[in-house]
Amino acid sequence: MPELTYMLFLGCLIPYRAQGYEVSSRKVLDRLGVNLVEMPEFNCCGFPLDPISHEMMLTLAARDLCLAEKQGLDIVTLCNGCFGTLKKANTMLSEDRELLNKINGYLGEVGLEYKGTSNVKHLIQVLIDDVGLEKIKQNIQRQFDGLKVAEHYGCHVLRPEKIVNFEDPEDPKALRELIEITGAEWVDYVDKLECCGQPMIGVDDKIPLQLSRDKLKHIKDTGAQAMVTICPACHMMYDLYQSKIEGDFNESFGIPVFHYPQLLGLAMGLDPDELGLGENRVKASGILNFKKGS
Amino acid sequence: MIEESQKAKERRIFEVNPNFKKELSKIPGSEKLMLCFQCGTCTAECPVARFSDSYRPRQIIRMAQLGLKNEVLSSGTIWLCSTCYTCTAYCPQDVELADVVRVLRNMAVKEGYIPQVYRDMISSILASGYAYAIPPSRMRRRETSGLPPLPTGDPKIMSCLADVVGFSKLIKKEVV
Repeated sequence: MPELTYMLFLGCLIPYRAQGYEVSSRKVLDRLGVNLVEMPEFNCCGFPLDPISHEMMLTLAARDLCLAEKQGLDIVTLCNGCFGTLKKANTMLSEDRELLNKINGYLGEVGLEYKGTSNVKHLIQVLIDDVGLEKIKQNIQRQFDGLKVAEHYGCHVLRPEKIVNFEDPEDPKALRELIEITGAEWVDYVDKLECCGQPMIGVDDKIPLQLSRDKLKHIKDTGAQAMVTICPACHMMYDLYQSKIEGDFNESFGIPVFHYPQLLGLAMGLDPDELGLGENRVKASGILNFKKGS
Repeated sequence: MIEESQKAKERRIFEVNPNFKKELSKIPGSEKLMLCFQCGTCTAECPVARFSDSYRPRQIIRMAQLGLKNEVLSSGTIWLCSTCYTCTAYCPQDVELADVVRVLRNMAVKEGYIPQVYRDMISSILASGYAYAIPPSRMRRRETSGLPPLPTGDPKIMSCLADVVGFSKLIKKEVV
């Protein structure tokens, strides 16, 4: 099997607030034989600038893509926002020559030219499509015993379908498979494909907190003991803000929220400390039971 | 009481720009604006509309079709979209609503409207490449956790790109 190597695009929110996601992703990918190459230099994918200037977003995204192209590598992102944005830039620049020339005109000023030779993949896409469930299975050392887990995809790994082109946005399967492979039980709930609301934080905080509250409530109602996210922004809403939501709505949830590679890493036999579990606000210590003999 | 009713009266006098729809129909992202037949699927599916008193994607589209340019661009409502693309996914006419909202936001910016939270992220990106200023304590914690150093951003490259794109000038605009 050819070696899997990607340029890691960390984004902004992960180094700022979600170190546990980075730590666990690196550990798990390393175990699975995936090589990560660090970026020589960084700029934001452009996601927060799209509402301000679509062209500035495309320019910043294209510059990041150029850095990967120079190394002849595909990009892996851990953040849905970065994934959706870099993917959008790749799609738009490959479909519109006029736009491509314009953006390349800008990039020429800093000595770069976008060619469109690097693909962008989300962590779970790398796990499902490139590493493969079979190989992950071989690396599972202990299976969770009776742990019920609710999934949360987040938006930009599913929508818009035309750009993402990964899973069926109305009936995605990847996270379910990735949860079940750890021995945990996947539980369904009503608004599982809905937005966490994080991009609205700072514009209007009430609505995202209300959205997140509803999701936590629906998850709690299914009897799930934990939740899994694959985006640092979504994780922030359910983990970092969970106690605020509990206070604001006078409810109690107590639902630990794993970055997916934390859940997988535990099943692969890694220690909670190695996976940055201490970084998560809602502690998971009481629910980490494994099947005997596994 | 009198003051209120006069304000309400003022609000009813809209300036209508019949070319606004034509302008939007030429911009990538909002080309399909006129295909909207107001079925309301977008608003029914919108998670923000569920909890907001003012955000209604269908209404935004209708106002844009009618040419209520100033009303749309100056209202804070367009900044409530969380870009989840649910509206786009369910629109039976394939109107890319989230992109229409993005086009409208870009236009509002040209008139000087930028919410503060975006101004903060803009300054941070231009100064460091990162949308959030990463505190030194985080950097030290990376080291102790055995993580490689964070790649740095280059403010010179950021400002060079911001200048050639016209972004530096754009964000200096103020509402007149």
